[in-house]
Amino acid sequence: MRKSFTLLAATALAAATAGAAQADLVVPNLSYRTGPFAAGGIPYADGFQDYFTLLNERDGGIGGEIVKTPECETAYNTEKGVECYEATKGQGALVYNPLSTGITYQLIPKMQADGITLYTPGYGRTSAANGRVFEWVFNYPANYWDGASVAIKYLLDQNGGSLEGKKIALLYHNSAYGKEPIRTLEDLSKKHGFTLSTLPIDSPGQEQKSQWLQVRREKPDYVLFWGWGVMNSVAIQEAANIRFPMENFIGIWWSGSENDVAPAGAGANGYKSLTMHGVGADYPVYADLKQYVVDAGKAAGDGSNVGTVIYSRGMYAAMVIAEAIRKAQELAGTSAVNAAQVRDGFEALEITEARMKELGLPDFGQPFKATCADHGGPGMARIQQWDASAKRWTLVTDWIAPDDAVLDPLVAADSAAYAKEAGLSERCN
Amino acid sequence: MLYREAGEFKTSYAQDSQTFPIWWDRLWYQVALVVGFAILPFVINDYWANAVVVPFLIYAIAAIGLNILTGYCGQVSLGTGGFMAVGAYAVYKLMTAFPDVPILIHVILAGAITAGVGVLFGLPSLRIKGFYLAVATLAAQFFLVWLFNKVPWFYNYSASGQITAPERTMFGIAVTGANTPAWAKYLFCAAFLFALAWIARNLTRGTIGRKWMAIRDMDIAAEIIGVNPLTTKLSAFAVSSFFIGIAGALFFAVYLGAAEVGEAFGIQKSFLILFMIIIGGLGSIFGSFAGAAFLVLLPVFLKNVLVGGLGWPSDLAAHIELMIVGALIIGFLILEPHGLAQLWRVLKEKLRLWPFPH
Repeated sequence: MRKSFTLLAATALAAATAGAAQADLVVPNLSYRTGPFAAGGIPYADGFQDYFTLLNERDGGIGGEIVKTPECETAYNTEKGVECYEATKGQGALVYNPLSTGITYQLIPKMQADGITLYTPGYGRTSAANGRVFEWVFNYPANYWDGASVAIKYLLDQNGGSLEGKKIALLYHNSAYGKEPIRTLEDLSKKHGFTLSTLPIDSPGQEQKSQWLQVRREKPDYVLFWGWGVMNSVAIQEAANIRFPMENFIGIWWSGSENDVAPAGAGANGYKSLTMHGVGADYPVYADLKQYVVDAGKAAGDGSNVGTVIYSRGMYAAMVIAEAIRKAQELAGTSAVNAAQVRDGFEALEITEARMKELGLPDFGQPFKATCADHGGPGMARIQQWDASAKRWTLVTDWIAPDDAVLDPLVAADSAAYAKEAGLSERCN
Repeated sequence: MLYREAGEFKTSYAQDSQTFPIWWDRLWYQVALVVGFAILPFVINDYWANAVVVPFLIYAIAAIGLNILTGYCGQVSLGTGGFMAVGAYAVYKLMTAFPDVPILIHVILAGAITAGVGVLFGLPSLRIKGFYLAVATLAAQFFLVWLFNKVPWFYNYSASGQITAPERTMFGIAVTGANTPAWAKYLFCAAFLFALAWIARNLTRGTIGRKWMAIRDMDIAAEIIGVNPLTTKLSAFAVSSFFIGIAGALFFAVYLGAAEVGEAFGIQKSFLILFMIIIGGLGSIFGSFAGAAFLVLLPVFLKNVLVGGLGWPSDLAAHIELMIVGALIIGFLILEPHGLAQLWRVLKEKLRLWPFPH
């Protein structure tokens, strides 16, 4: 009897999905607009979608080819992520950007087997920066270990070059995402002589009383924070409640949006976070977005997120993907590129200051150039600080480069472990 | 007219005690087997295997496992997610420690290890009952998830605490890893489900199953007529955990390929499988299948209809989907508190009399 159940669903489903049309350039948007992580997922998906809408409306797509972004809701859940990947890959998908470290870990081997590019800017598996092992994965311009190193370098700078005897606590989402920086921070603590304590917060992180009690007891000089979704605003509220000095509380780039600090009101003033791109809506591209997308009524979602930090990041990711596709078209000599050609485009991509300016984003992101071996970019980041009275983020530092002397051996070791596990041999020799 | 016992004459004990005494049932069962093992493997594609059928098969195994414990033996358990995690981590450690042993053996061993852990956490059931036991198994759930997060040995000291299934083969064909063909995934899980459902069906209608049901219906009376509560309850925990462990091992190794304990085997997994057996029908093997199908296939089906068919925005569809599934669960439980299996039983009774009810 069980099979007739399946068959019934099968026929109905086949009828429902048969209508999906084939587009020339398909970039699936694996988003999450529901669940505890929607606070970050919604603006990101909006920015991602809106940038491609802008290209379609203003330039007629990329190289004359319209870009389609079929959206699929994952709710930050790995099982739904698998379903979304399988549902969209048959439509001729060129590149995926799932915005979830858990889903990324699952997709890395699958996409290697299927020959589709996985682009994970600022998240995912850090050691994928090693292009010798990870042929189909790109995570430039920066990754978690870069972020951890930049945060420590900033603190070194604040303390006259020495963190000897300081106490630093890492407060993290108890998942692959939050655990990523631990190994780097452990190595950095040995190098710079600070003590590191790690405080995990179980997903989704609405309950953090015991962790902040521990912060009060241990009295760390600085708290680094790897949070996402609802746990960001809870942590900032808790920090404000125990009167932890906000300027000593530094989040990764996923913990630094307007949604995270707004609920704590004035208490959040002075909170810092990393960022891998410029903030605010003063870039020329926003004028185009307003003209062609928002005012034309074509904005994704409710259109209320334009210009926020996470929206800009989604747009930045879309911009890099669009540039890689453009590069692929140039290399392949055809505008209708396939997934393998797009991968070559990613590997040959170079983003210069001049190109960013042409795209309407002067001084927005760092310039970088990918090679066969380097899929990770320079990994620089800036520090931004929240001004609660003006309700905006301001950049307080210039670009800070990570400590590659510590990171490179870690990347090599972790990617070698993956290569051994998966039975891969090194490329680019 | 078609579905009735009349005219079926049994001439041997074997015939009299077979699982499907009515030929119409037998026919459908055989048709299902032929479709499942001889036709589906040739037509199944990646989407169908990975998104729909394989998760259904695995959840059905887990639901049968929990149904043995809760439905047949009456011991409420909220530790299913934790026990699935034991199966997943056991198979991961075995796969990486002994790469040359066939994956089939690893999965069965993972089930056996989970059975051991299940017996351990089943010990309190000898003293506490009902809601209190549910709380004790809830402790198992949280303890096991905490353990797999805390001790790096379980995830082979990987940087992020993720476990990733390496490629392992059976008869030269990949069963785990990224290069697995859809039909191999499907057949591997379907074979396990068939074998385990067959075992479960025959266990529950034999001596052991009758002992479980005696304990469920009234434990003191059962003890007086000579049913040993210690061995009966612990055997239910062992068999149930064995099933759930195999489900966890397949869930990680064949279906997901990579997993993180808090996300893949959290408390919501325990609830999901408990809801499956409540909706499907407690104390029924068919109910486990029906409940798993209801909670796995319906959301995928709704999503495809709402987003793919009607073109709704994905977030609206996701919210509506939750509401529809929730409303259907409430509706079913009001109309038929004993689950889909009871609905099926009533239908069969009606069919026996059809078309002349009186």
